[in-house]
Amino acid sequence: MTDPSSFKKGLEGLDQGPRPSEAAEDALPPQAGELPPHPSVDALRARFGDAVLRHEVVAGDEHIVYVPAERVLELLGWLKDDPAQRYDFLQDLTAVDYGGGRQIQVVYQLWSIPNKLNLRVKCELPLSALEIDSVYHLWRASDWLEREVFDMFGVVFRGHPDLRRILMPYNYAEGHPLRKDFPLRGRFSRAEQTRRALAQKTEDHYSPMELEIAHVLGQPVPDPFPGAEAGAQQGQFGGMGGGG
Amino acid sequence: MALRKLIYNVTRSPELSAGGALVHAPIVPVEGEAYEVHEDIHGEHMLINIGPQHPATHGVLRLVLELDGETVIRCIPHIGYLHSSFEKLGEYRDWNQIVPLTDRMDYLAPLIYNCAYAMAVEKLMGITVTERCKVVRVICMELDRIFSHLLWLGTTAIDLGAFTVFLYTFQQREKIYDLHERFTGARITTSSTRIGGMMADLPAGWITQLEEFLDNFIPVVDEVETLLTNNAIWVGRTQGVGSISAEDAVNWGLSGPNLRASGVSYDVRKDRPYYDYETYDFDVPVGEHGDIYDRYLCRMEEMRQSVRILRQAIDRLPGGPINVDDPRVILPPKTAAMNDMESMIHHFKVVMEGVRAPVGESWFSVESSKGELGMYVVSDGGAKPVRWRVRGPSFINIAAIPHMIEGALLSDVIAVNASLDIVLGEIDR
Repeated sequence: MTDPSSFKKGLEGLDQGPRPSEAAEDALPPQAGELPPHPSVDALRARFGDAVLRHEVVAGDEHIVYVPAERVLELLGWLKDDPAQRYDFLQDLTAVDYGGGRQIQVVYQLWSIPNKLNLRVKCELPLSALEIDSVYHLWRASDWLEREVFDMFGVVFRGHPDLRRILMPYNYAEGHPLRKDFPLRGRFSRAEQTRRALAQKTEDHYSPMELEIAHVLGQPVPDPFPGAEAGAQQGQFGGMGGGG
Repeated sequence: MALRKLIYNVTRSPELSAGGALVHAPIVPVEGEAYEVHEDIHGEHMLINIGPQHPATHGVLRLVLELDGETVIRCIPHIGYLHSSFEKLGEYRDWNQIVPLTDRMDYLAPLIYNCAYAMAVEKLMGITVTERCKVVRVICMELDRIFSHLLWLGTTAIDLGAFTVFLYTFQQREKIYDLHERFTGARITTSSTRIGGMMADLPAGWITQLEEFLDNFIPVVDEVETLLTNNAIWVGRTQGVGSISAEDAVNWGLSGPNLRASGVSYDVRKDRPYYDYETYDFDVPVGEHGDIYDRYLCRMEEMRQSVRILRQAIDRLPGGPINVDDPRVILPPKTAAMNDMESMIHHFKVVMEGVRAPVGESWFSVESSKGELGMYVVSDGGAKPVRWRVRGPSFINIAAIPHMIEGALLSDVIAVNASLDIVLGEIDR
């Protein structure tokens, strides 16, 4: 067992969070200007110049490159296809909303199977212009990942052939759940949610038309309940999410 | 470095398809060419809906299929029936409170998810766990790899009509359930990790029970192999079905045994070793054809390799504390908390206020039973995450199912879906 007396000594520091272990202290990221080199970041800088907005190292060894959203397809395409880079495996594509009206970050986590190298690429999108080029044609893995980001954050991926909601129902009208301005329990009151659920035509989900969803894609799914007040209604149960 | 084994040439040869009559068809990748339109016999297309409540979808997956006769023209998967919004819930919980959410994602290998989450947060916080904790977590993860593969084996065999295998594998799973229960108190929702260590140390006699399980386990694997590997029906239903090329598998983001069956030897344990996996002696089985049969062989071999790793881990299991010696993360011993004021305040503060993480973010991925499981945590310096993201291997593996079954037969849909080893709790999260 741990020596109990060591706990008393640690009481003062509780507000600071965990004490970094000695091994981790060695691996702390150095200050700006002396970042450990990453071959792909250097190559990106050499080729695209100021398209590399920022380069960060977090958690010891994770390299992040910030690039402008309008050039993301060009840069990622180069990272995937250039014979020296070959980031052929898209590990993850997600987004982060820090809240408070700050920009939403779209995060691409890349892995190169031949070179055994990680690289994280980030784009920042202002809330007023949540649009970015789709990487569907580079990595098919991004198919559902982009749909998920669209569903959860409302980021529109230009050029994705089948961009519809994936986890939430197609006619979900309350917004994008993982945004910080979205309350934990949704925007509609329980009564409104029940009304909508009961008013749905179940056969809509079992019709031949459904297979055509992929073709009409890109067009927004029409709201089957026009006139319902998204966001406005704060009923007895609505908007309680802040409490956790 | 251990060598990577090519299992195909060893185990698959024409005489395996017993009887000669059932020698498998030449393997063609399913890319639409396999589907040949006969103008004269082709009729009206039919829509078939499978799921969401269907035993063969292994959860609440729904597939809408457009069929021409028995051939699948188009497949549209629908998910989200089990959507539990775990990632959103995580933003309202402190770091340790998220652990119970993780094992509800993949209830077929809960310990792997517990460990992966704790490892990501520890990396963010800069905590290095103790040597004993490392080995215990390796034991947990390898045990649950077997746990999950056994379920995959049993249910896939049942989908293809072999009932006996299911009984054999579930008998073994029951023993792992017992191990779970003795260690964590729960059979499925284990919630065994804490930031900086484990919920508790291994109970006395647990390792002996684990060794007993391992001793009796390999004979069962052998037995199942005699039931399936050379079985004409099994071979006929699986060889050349649902195959995907190495290039496509990488492009679609497949991982785990599904990717390795296509011949890509990407295994996180080898390529980005964590917890000293580079010091364990084990092989990564790699297939060749990317079909169901190769996925089956890969998983069978992975179970044997996991047993190897488990035996090495038992041998090297060190003594010492299981939790880090850092009072800012770990609760004081219960006797101290009950007996002196400062420890009680300390206990109260850690529980009520949570552990604080530094500003920053961290990505950590482990090789789960189903593929690469990534955990991405973002912190703004508080006791709760700003974002907690799970890169679920099933979510990305199942996205490739239309690619694998378009052009195949309806009966193959069940086989391919089973072979991908999905768990809907993690797909829907």
